[in-house]
Formats: sequence, C-alpha cells, structure tokens
Amino acid sequence: MSSSHSQSVEAHDEGVKARVGIWLFLLSEILLFGGMFLLYSMYRYKNPADFHAGSMELSRFDGTLNTIVLLTSSLTVVVALFSLHVKQNMRRAAIFLAATIGLGLTFLVVKSFEWGAKFEHGLYPGAKFLESQPHGFILFFGLYFTMTGLHALHVIVGMVVLSFVLNFVLRRKITPERINIMENGALYWHLVDIIWIFLFPLFYLIS
Amino acid sequence: MTYPRYIFVWAGLVVLTAITVTSASLNFGRIGILIVLAIAAIKSTLVILYFMNLFFEKRLLLKILVPIAICTLAIFIGMTYTDVLFR
Repeated sequence: MSSSHSQSVEAHDEGVKARVGIWLFLLSEILLFGGMFLLYSMYRYKNPADFHAGSMELSRFDGTLNTIVLLTSSLTVVVALFSLHVKQNMRRAAIFLAATIGLGLTFLVVKSFEWGAKFEHGLYPGAKFLESQPHGFILFFGLYFTMTGLHALHVIVGMVVLSFVLNFVLRRKITPERINIMENGALYWHLVDIIWIFLFPLFYLIS
Repeated sequence: MTYPRYIFVWAGLVVLTAITVTSASLNFGRIGILIVLAIAAIKSTLVILYFMNLFFEKRLLLKILVPIAICTLAIFIGMTYTDVLFR
C-alpha cells in the first residue's frame, strides 16, 4: 500500500516536470514567431497600402475554413486526452486522435491549394511578376510564405507527434496513469492553433 | 471540465472567428487592426485557459510562465517601436 502510494507521488512529480519542460519549449516557440510578428508589424506600418493590396490577393474563404478546421482539431485533441485521462476510454481516445490528425491533413490540403493558386498567378518569391510589383507588396508575400510555411511545418511536426501518440495508445503504452507524452503532444498542437489564430487576421483580414 | 464544456469553448471560438471576419468586411479603418487583434487575444486566452488547462493549474511556476512570455514580447515590440517612431 505504502509503496504504491509513493509510486503515485513519483508519477505525479514526473508529470509536473514534463509540463514545465513542454511549457518552456512552447514559450521559445512563441518568441520565435514573436520575432516574425514584430518584423511583420514594422513592414506593415511602413507599407500600409501595399499590405492591403497583398491581402486582397488571399482567399478569405480558405483562411476562414482553415481557422475552423484548426479550432476543431484543438477540440478533438482535448476530447481525446479527456477520454483517456478521466473517462479511461481507450477506444474513444484513439478515434479522436485519428480525427485530429485527419483535420491537420485537411488544413495542409487547403493550404496547398491556396499556395498552388498563388504560384499560378506568379505570386511566389523570385517570380518575375512579383518582382515587378511595389516593394511593400513583395515584402508582404515574402512574409506570407515564410510565416505560413513555418506554421505549416509545425502542423506537420504536430501530426507526426500525434501519430506516435496514437500508436502508443493503441499499443497500450500510454495509459490513464502514464499520459505525459499525450498531454505534451496535445499542448504542442494547441500552440500551433494559437499561432494560426494570430496569423489569420494579420494576413487575410487587412481592411 | 466535461465534454459539453469543451464543446462550449469551441463554439465560443467559432463565434469569435465569425465576428472577426465580419468586422474585417465592415471596414472600421484604422481601429480595424485593434479589433481583430483583441479578438485574437481573447481566442488564444480561451485556448490557453481551457484547452491547455492552465485555468486548473495549481503550480505557481506554470501559472506565471505565459504572462512572463507576453511581457517579454511586449518589451521587444515596445522598444522596437519607440526606436522606429522617434528616430
């Protein structure tokens, strides 16, 4: 009895360490994107008209659709975590994890169509048409591809992490008592969502 | 937290998204950027508190980490702006 108690205390402490670790990592990510947001705000302040023209080229519908997709994926991952952690329902957790990965894939597919359309219109770094545009317009698309590209990379990493988590859940390596990896994977996924919450209005909704 | 509460938070996030998109097409001019940023801040606060579970966090260290990051960013951005605006 006493040994099982000390074990559970140890497992609890382990959880706190894991949480502090992941949060420190998430903060470094916030500062990484923060630097880019600072660059963005400076260039936008100096070239308001060109940024507006650049934003007009983006599809508001695609941006809104992707926002809803990512918000929903945040819901499914938190439901998966809750199902396993509190309700101890392995099956439901696996289904909702798979749904989260599927929504991540949906996001990337929409994004690829969006980027494809920009490429077709000659709006990509180094394109002759884009080079002939005003300076601020070029800056807008440089920032657009860099920031949404880095974000898409984060979505891919998040999907890989969640695939491992799903695999562990199916192989019973993640249990309601040993849930750190899943918790941290979910926290990372939420961060990806938060970054998109800011990217969306800054690129798609310049009025 | 329970399932319905998570869905409630999600519905709130979707409604706020709809408000942002509508406000952008209404053309508020210069304060438009402040409106969309304020809504983005509210949305991320909802995600951090309820989806990332910081609302129920008991450890002080974890509670203050996010405010520290926001202050650091505010200092970076504030200092850069004072440099650029008063050069």
